[in-house]
Amino acid sequence: MAEIDLQGLRKTYGRVIAIRELSLQIRDGEFLVLLGPSGCGKTTTLRAIAGLEMLDRGRIVIGGRDVTALPPGKRGIAMVFQSYAVFPHMRVYDNVVFGLRMRGVPEPEQRRRAAETADLLEIAGLLDRYPAQLSGGQRQRVAVARAIVMRPDVLLMDEPLSNLDALLRLHMRAELKRLHREVGSTTVYVTHDQVEALSLGDRIAVMKDGEIVQCGTATAVYDTPANRFVGSFIGSPPMNFLSGSVRAAGGRLVLATAGSTVELPDPLRASLSGRTEGEIVVGIRPEHIEVALSPAADAITAETIVLEPVGAHQLMTVRAGRETLKVTVPTDLLVQPEQRVWLRMNPGRIRLMDARTGQAIGAAS
Amino acid sequence: MTLRRLGIYSAGLVIGAWVALPLLLITLAAFTPRDLLYQWPRRLWPEEFTLDTLLFFARSAGVLRATWNSVFVAAITIGLSFLIAAPMGYALARYRFRGRDALQLAILATKMFPATVLSIPLAVAFIRWGLYDTLLGVAIVHTALSIPFVTVIVVSVFLSISFELEEAAMTLGSSRAQAFLRVTLPMALPGLAAAGIFTFVLSWNEVFAATILTLDNRTLPALIINSVVAAGAPLHYRFAGGFFMVVPALVIIFLIRRYLLTLWGVTVR
Repeated sequence: MAEIDLQGLRKTYGRVIAIRELSLQIRDGEFLVLLGPSGCGKTTTLRAIAGLEMLDRGRIVIGGRDVTALPPGKRGIAMVFQSYAVFPHMRVYDNVVFGLRMRGVPEPEQRRRAAETADLLEIAGLLDRYPAQLSGGQRQRVAVARAIVMRPDVLLMDEPLSNLDALLRLHMRAELKRLHREVGSTTVYVTHDQVEALSLGDRIAVMKDGEIVQCGTATAVYDTPANRFVGSFIGSPPMNFLSGSVRAAGGRLVLATAGSTVELPDPLRASLSGRTEGEIVVGIRPEHIEVALSPAADAITAETIVLEPVGAHQLMTVRAGRETLKVTVPTDLLVQPEQRVWLRMNPGRIRLMDARTGQAIGAAS
Repeated sequence: MTLRRLGIYSAGLVIGAWVALPLLLITLAAFTPRDLLYQWPRRLWPEEFTLDTLLFFARSAGVLRATWNSVFVAAITIGLSFLIAAPMGYALARYRFRGRDALQLAILATKMFPATVLSIPLAVAFIRWGLYDTLLGVAIVHTALSIPFVTVIVVSVFLSISFELEEAAMTLGSSRAQAFLRVTLPMALPGLAAAGIFTFVLSWNEVFAATILTLDNRTLPALIINSVVAAGAPLHYRFAGGFFMVVPALVIIFLIRRYLLTLWGVTVR
C-alpha cells in the first residue's frame, strides 16, 4: 500500500521558483500524470518525490511514512530517467539486479527476479549484452526493468518515451499501460505530451508556473478545462476561444459572440450563478462546432482560410469577424478556401470563462 | 581548391618534420657506434648499429640512481596531485557553488608566474624548511606544476559522465559514496589513468625546478643537464641521454593522445 501525499511543497533555485505551492494526494495503485510545458516544475516535483531535490518547504508522505528527510534509496521508490541512465559499464543483467545487490537480496533470489522481470519486458535475450549494443528502445526497456525489479511502492517516470521515435513511442505507451496493470505500483509519470497524458493517466495533474492548475481524469481535463491555459494546452488542435458577452433578453440568457447570438442552455445558465451581463470568453473544442454550407439560425457566419486533411478528418481554419477558429470537419465535406460557411456551436459543449482571469465559470470538475 | 590543399599539406609536412626530424636524428645517433659519431663528415645513415652508446650512458655514474629518483619523484607527484586535484575536479564538475568560476581561474593563474621568477624564493624557502635537495621537495614543486593539468583533465572526465547515472544508483539504494565508487569511478578510470600518465611525463621531463632544488639527489633530467652544461659530457652521452629521456614521454603521449585531445574540447570517439 503506498498512497503519496504531497503537502505544501515549495522549491526555489535562487530567485527562480520551480514549485510555487503544490499539494496533491495520489491513491495507491493510481497512474498519475504530471503534465505541463517545459519549466512548469513537473520534473522538479518528480525529483522531489524521488529525494533527488531538497525542498524549501513541505512534506512528502509515502504509504503513511514521512520520507521528506530520507535519501532516495530509503523511500521505496524506483525511477526511470529521461536519458534512461542505464549504466554503460555493466551488462544488462548487472544493470537489472543493481538495486537488488544494493539491498543485499540473496543471489538466487536476484536471478529469479531478474529472469521474471526480463520476461515481463521481453529483454530475456539481451541480459549478456552491454548497453552500447542495444537500441534506444531496448535500453529503455532495461531502464524500466531495473526499476520494476525492485517491486517499488512508487514508480516514478520522467518523460520515458521522449527519446523514442514516433512508432516505438506508440508501442511503448501501450506497454507501459499493460505493465502498470500487472505490477500495480503507484505511478507518477511526467510528460509534456498531452496525448501521452490522456492515454496513460488515471488522473492528470496539469501544471503551470510551479502550480497544479487542474487535476482530474482525462475526460475531465479535456471536456471541462479549469481555465484557458488547460483548454489551450490539452487537445490538438487546442480549444477555440472567442470573446463574447452575455445579456438577458426576455427571460432568456443570450450569448453574443462573433456576430451571432446563442441561447444558453440551462446548465450553463446555472453556472453563471446570477451574472446576467458582461464580457466573457467562450471556449469550444474544434469537434464541437458544426459546419453548414447554407445560412442557419443562431449560426456564426465565417469564411474558410485553410483546409488541411489529416487522415481521419479535415482540419478547417476559418475566420469569423476578427476571430480565427479551428474546426474539425468530415473528410467528405467539400469546401473551397475563402468560401462562406456557417458555424453552429454545440451549446452543451461550450465552456465559459472569465474574460479577465481566464478561469472557467461554474462548476469545476 | 587544390592550391589550398597543397598549402595545408606542405604546412603539415613542415610542422611534422620540425617535430619528427630531431627525434629521428637523436634516435639514429643513440644507436650509432661512438667512433662513427666523431667522424667528419658524418654520414646521415650510420649503416652500423650498436647498443654500446646506450649501455655506456646507462653505466655512467649516477644515471641509474637518477632514473630511480625520477620515477620516485613522479610517483609522489602523481599521488599528491591526485589527492588535491581529483576531489577538486569532481567538485568543479558536479556542484555549482559560490566562487566556482574564480577557483577555476585561480587554478590556471598558477601558470602565470614563470618558474624562473619563483626559483630563488623557492630555493630559500626550501632551505629553511629542510626540503632542499630532497626528492619530496622536487615532488612538491612538480605537484604544483601538474595540479592545473590534472584538474582540467579530471573536470572533463567527470563532466563526460552523466550525473543522472549517479542519481539512478542512489534511487536504487546506493549512498552517494557507493554511487560514486560503483558507477562513476569505474567509468572515469581510463580518463583518470590518462591524467596520471600525463603527470608522470610532466614530472619526468621537468628539468628547471629539479636542477635548482637539488645538488646530490638529482633526477635524471637534472643529472643530464648538469653533466652536459657543467662537465661537458661527450657527444654520445648526450645523444643516448636525450633518447633515454624522450622515449617514455613519446610512448605515453602516443597511448593517451585521445584523452589529451578531449582535454581541449575536441571529442574523439
